[in-house]
Amino acid sequence: MIVVNELHKNYGETVALGKVSLTVEQGELFGLIGPDGAGKSSLMRVLMSLLLPDGGSATMNNLDVVRDYKKVRLITGYMPGRFSLYPDLTVEENLQFFATVFGTTIKENYHLIKDIYQQIEPYKNRRAGKLSGGMKQKLALSCALIHKPEILILDEPTTGVDAVSRKEFWEMLKRLKAMGITIMVSTPYMDEASMCDRIALIQEGHLMSVETPFAMMQAFAEDLWAVRSKKIYHTSKLLGELPSMISVNSFGQVLHLVTPKGIHTPQSIKDFLATLTESEVTVEPALATIEDVFILLMNNRKTKS
Amino acid sequence: MITKEPVITVKNMVKKFGHFVANDNLNFEVYKGEIFGFLGANGAGKTTAIRILCGLSTPTSGEMKVAGFDVFRQTENIKQNIGYMSQKFSLYEDLTIYQNIRFYGGVYGMKVAERKARTAEMLDRLGLTAYENRKIGDLPLGWKQKLAFSIAILHQPKIVFLDEPTGGVDPITRRQFWNLIYEAVEKGITVFVTTHYMDEAEYCDRVSIMADGRIVALDTPEKLKEQFNAANMDEVFLKIAR
Repeated sequence: MIVVNELHKNYGETVALGKVSLTVEQGELFGLIGPDGAGKSSLMRVLMSLLLPDGGSATMNNLDVVRDYKKVRLITGYMPGRFSLYPDLTVEENLQFFATVFGTTIKENYHLIKDIYQQIEPYKNRRAGKLSGGMKQKLALSCALIHKPEILILDEPTTGVDAVSRKEFWEMLKRLKAMGITIMVSTPYMDEASMCDRIALIQEGHLMSVETPFAMMQAFAEDLWAVRSKKIYHTSKLLGELPSMISVNSFGQVLHLVTPKGIHTPQSIKDFLATLTESEVTVEPALATIEDVFILLMNNRKTKS
Repeated sequence: MITKEPVITVKNMVKKFGHFVANDNLNFEVYKGEIFGFLGANGAGKTTAIRILCGLSTPTSGEMKVAGFDVFRQTENIKQNIGYMSQKFSLYEDLTIYQNIRFYGGVYGMKVAERKARTAEMLDRLGLTAYENRKIGDLPLGWKQKLAFSIAILHQPKIVFLDEPTGGVDPITRRQFWNLIYEAVEKGITVFVTTHYMDEAEYCDRVSIMADGRIVALDTPEKLKEQFNAANMDEVFLKIAR
């Protein structure tokens, strides 16, 4: 279990963490979702005792991350945001190195990494620096797991990784969760949120919401419309002028239009566009995605400050 | 305005590293004024191809022209006629906004008066005029990326290459970035872009998908979805690249 209590950290005038509190349950797959610079890495670095907080406290399985930092390191596996293995060592040598540092052997905990490591084992004599992005991530995860940690802290393991490798990576995390490992993982890809038990949406050092992905999407407080048109960029510009409109954003081939609850209907939106001689559109109610939730919360924060 | 006039022509492009074939006989054209999405899994050979098209790497064989210039013999001409921006390298963190612009303007051989006029116009459009003496390192990532793109097209290149320009950027900025791309296209610049966000693949006029050094699909997003019987580009990508 991870307990974070009013943790804060500043870099000069920049607030990296503004009194962040959250709890990750035993065996939970918990996602930190937010863009670069939101504070995801700072939080993880504090938890891994790589960064001292300015205030507040945190425990990992009841061990204080500052006072008991040596013990914390023994029970946690960490994958930093940047590839941090030894590029000049081979795949196998890297794994062996991390096993030895933690006083164990590859053989002893092979069952934990088997699923993942088997995929890169054919390349075990290749230098780590020569691996593709997806393979590097698999090796880094293997190295973070080799000492049988109780908690895994993964800092953006899927950034810069293609859509196929990303899906595979999340399937691996689900299997690790099934083994009882508590996992905190961060990502800038909003579509990965649905893979987590619970997620925290983080922006500028503040948690905007902590919930299950489903509850977060259900709780979307405004009306959301999917608008389709042949001239999507043009229609988007026109919708920017819709009275009481909150936001309009493109989501692939559709536009997501957000309006205050109960103000508009598909017909009223169509009528508005028709007055601007844009008539070939369809408007229907849509379900919010995590990205919609994030955008709405970001806009709310901006209007407040 | 998309025409059928090609600004990039690639015929039988091959690039080998020893026995490894990174680009295995690529054939495609990019038309003037289009947004061309260049997709593929990690290690599929995208970066290799982009480096060749930017005049940074010599192909093993093939017949390729970029902005009318040959990739074997006229790489310097190519470099003068393109812009380039990537997620990993964009601007100098220790220089101010203004110094970065001056530096890149100099690299591209822009005349001082021209550079000054375009700089003023660009900073005004981005709402950054008051910040021109801020160091790049002090700017939020979203600003940096928007600025990096604007600088990459400051010399009004024929083509701009964008290598994962929106990685890690927040969802609002990501969309603002695409608006900048549309504005560049309206000025007649051709955009060649790679991304791991599949919703962004939908914003391209045409999309090519690479796997194992080859182009395995190339068409408009609409036609690709039809061809692979998929609801969106994410599904198309998963069906092809796996």
